[in-house]
Formats: sequence, C-alpha cells, structure tokens
Amino acid sequence: MTVFTHFGRYLLMLKGMFSKPENYKMYWKEFMHQCNDIGIGSLGIVCIISVFIGAVSAVQTAYQMISPVIPKETIAQIVRDTVILEFAPTLVCIVLAGVIGSKIASELGNMRVSEQIDALEIMGINTKSYLVMPKIAASLVTIPMLVILSMVLGIWGGRLAGTASGILSTAQFDKGLLNSFSPYNVYFALIKSYTFAFIISSIPAYYGYYVKGGALEIGRSSTKSVVVSCIMLLCADYVLSQLLLSPAM
Amino acid sequence: MIEFKNISKHFGDKTVLNDVSHRMETGKCNLIIGTSGSGKTVLQKCLVGLFEPDNGEIIYDGISFTDMTEEERKLLRQQIGMLFQGSALFDSMTVEENVIFPLNMFSKMTPLEKKKRVDEVLARVQLVDAHKKFPAEISGGMKKRVGIARAIVLNPKYLFCDEPNSGLDPQTSMVIDKLIYDITKEFKMTTVINTHDMNSVMEIGENILYMYLGQHEWSGNNKEIIFSKNERLNEFIFASEFLKDAKDMRMLEAKGKIDNDRNMDELLK
Repeated sequence: MTVFTHFGRYLLMLKGMFSKPENYKMYWKEFMHQCNDIGIGSLGIVCIISVFIGAVSAVQTAYQMISPVIPKETIAQIVRDTVILEFAPTLVCIVLAGVIGSKIASELGNMRVSEQIDALEIMGINTKSYLVMPKIAASLVTIPMLVILSMVLGIWGGRLAGTASGILSTAQFDKGLLNSFSPYNVYFALIKSYTFAFIISSIPAYYGYYVKGGALEIGRSSTKSVVVSCIMLLCADYVLSQLLLSPAM
Repeated sequence: MIEFKNISKHFGDKTVLNDVSHRMETGKCNLIIGTSGSGKTVLQKCLVGLFEPDNGEIIYDGISFTDMTEEERKLLRQQIGMLFQGSALFDSMTVEENVIFPLNMFSKMTPLEKKKRVDEVLARVQLVDAHKKFPAEISGGMKKRVGIARAIVLNPKYLFCDEPNSGLDPQTSMVIDKLIYDITKEFKMTTVINTHDMNSVMEIGENILYMYLGQHEWSGNNKEIIFSKNERLNEFIFASEFLKDAKDMRMLEAKGKIDNDRNMDELLK
C-alpha cells in the first residue's frame, strides 16, 4: 500500500467520524472514559519526565555558562524558555505518543481482530464516531492540560535542581523567571500541543482501526503507529516553529 | 424473509462469491454450509452489509438492502442480531454490561426496565449467575450464550450466527443449537446460520444452502439432504466412514429394510 493510499484512507476515516451520534449520553460516557484513560492515565509519567527534564536543563545550562559576565538569573530564563518552547510540548508529546499511541492502536486493533468493531457495526453504530472520535477529542482536551502541567513542573524541577546543587539561589531563579517573559511562547506551546494531540491520537487510531490479521499484526501496527506519529510530530514541530516563530524573530 | 439474487464478490482477482441466489425463510433456521473457503462468511457479511457485494441484490422483507442509504441501513441493523464465531463480547465490560449495551444505545427504557430485560434474556439463555463476570472469566459455551443474549436483547427480526458451534464440545453445541432453534420459533425470526457442524445440519437445518467454491451448489432441508444425489454435497456431508454408515442406515430405514439388530449386523459386515 502506498503512502497516498494510507493518507486517503486516513482522511476518509476522519471524515467518517462526523455523523450524528446514535445516543449522546453514551458518546459522552465514552469521551469521559477516554479522558480518564488518556489524561489521568498519563499523569504519572508526565510528572516524572517534566521534573527531570527541568532539573537536567538547569544543570546543563549552568555547566555551559562559564562566563562570569553572564548573570546567574539567565539560567532560569533559559530553563523557562526551553521548557515552555520545546521540552514540555514536544518531549512530553513524544513520550505520550508511545504511551497513548500504542494503547489506542492496540485497543482498536484488538477490537478489530476479535470482531468487536463488526459487532458494533451490526448494531447500527458508526464505529468511527463511537470509537475514534472520543479518543481524538479526549486527547485534544487532556494533552494541552498535561503540557501546561509539564511546563509548571519542568520549571519547578529546574528551580529545585538549581538551588539544591548550589548553582543559584531561589531568589535569583525567581528573578530570572520574570525577566523578559513573553506570553507568546505559551500560546505557541499550546498551538503545538493541540497539533501534537491530534497527531498522536488520530494516527494510532488509523493503524488500529484498519489492522488485519492476528496478535502479531496488532503488535506491528502498534509499533508502526508510534513510529509514524513520532516522525509526523517532529515534522509538525519544525513546520510550526518555522511558521510561528520566524515572524517574531 | 431475506432474499438475495445473483450475489458476486471479488477480492482482487479472486472470485469469492459467484452469482449466488437463495431465499432465507422467516421463522426457520436457514443454514449456509460448505467447506472452509467456500464463501459462507463472505456471503453472510454481504447480507449484513459488512462487505459490499460487487453485483446482485439483497432484499429484507421486500425492501432492497442494496439500495438503502447508510442511515436507512443503520435503522435496519437495529433489527439485526448477530452472534460471531468468537462471540465478539466487549472485553472491558461484564456480561451484564455487554447485554445491556444495545439497550443503552438504542432504547428509551428506564434503567429498571433495562435491568429487567437483561435478566429476562440472560435467563432465556440459561445464564443466571454470570451477570458480574467478565468475558475472560467464563467458558466458551457461556460466551456464546452471552453473545446470543446480546443479539436478541432488542427483539431483532433477523438473527445471524457465524459458526455458533466452533470450539465447543458436541453436548454444548447441541445446547446452543437448541437454543437458537427455540429462539427462532419463539420470536419468529429469520435466522441465518453459517456452519459446518453436521449435527447442526441434521438437527436444525430447515432450509439449507450448500456452497461450493463460492457458488450455490445445492439447497433443501435436513430430510432431503440425506437422499441427495449431489456428489460434492455427499462428499462434504458424509466425509467420515462413520457418517457414511449412518447414512446407509438411514437409507435402509427409510426403505423399511432395517428395524432390528439383524440389519445392523448386515451393515457391519
């Protein structure tokens, strides 16, 4: 199958999602279930990663800033901007592509192989709407929230590591945090997180929904979906940076 | 009644169904039989709309299914129940949640009425203590019964069963066959069963379609099948020596030549 065939089928799947729900209450229930699975389920890993990337970022920035002319507060500025611009949205979403992506692909793949999707179709349910849409919608709602949380925890991790290792004091870090802060960076990060949320939920949903074969194929499609999601995510990261940051330079 | 005319289906260069026509009658167990790869499952999937036939027409009680819009099909599908080969129960739901699912989705019943209906259908399939169990915790036969309960919970007009006896022991198979037969009579459903289980053919085959390499090869009922002169059908039905002997006995019985041990001895010779 060519890339164009995959892309065409992917678009058709997305188009097929938009139909009148058979029962709004059941769709809402499924949406909330997915919010819990995707959002709450990923909370732990996001918290751990965020604190550590902030901490590592603070230590490594201090290591590279050898000039005594540059004030210590600059470390906090760099940590803040790298966490907000890149680490929180991109790194966290790459990890989530693995966590959520493989879950979505294997869940739908298993449903396809064990004929559960066919069973829903026979009942007269639009499976693209009922199974795929709540996953994408839940990702669009919860992932930006996780990214915001990651920003906060990342900066806090940097502050903790900076002060604990004696690189700079909390007062210096806090002062640096407020220096030349641009709210646009947060908007930019949120735009990225919405785009990434769509990518890391819809691509695995596509690979899971159209899986053919048995357990082996479910594993393969799950792996493939994570790989493709990560590549698409990095491409989107570059395109968005070029489009949204270049004019502001 | 479900009627299909000149159904053809190709996958690439491979012809899976070739001009198949037949009529599935209301209130009867209609069986589609044939060897593996003969096109039974594809035909059944075409009938319920999971596959789109390349040619031909499918008619549900005088209304063309082929010409229906997707919305019209969705409405018709609410009158269709289907039991899948692997039961296709939702893993994350309990038995009760599996059965109540179609009611939650399509009915306007109160929670109490739904609960009552679920209890009713689970009792009908002789499952009274499995409400809170997950599919992974119950046996294959129980899964099939839950599948039947889920399929009939909305009182469908049409029931499709894809190899309901696969993976079951002969005794449980008989229970499932009897259950499907009784439900068909009770609710006057049009039941279409894909099978290659000879017990089912002989026990509940009121209208049988035998398929060979994607084509309609023979049709009749369980009385006629024994006396059929169709060689391919006989090779399929009476594949084992035991079944051949059983057939011979029935033939002799029918001719009034056998009624005691003497004739049995003759056969054994």
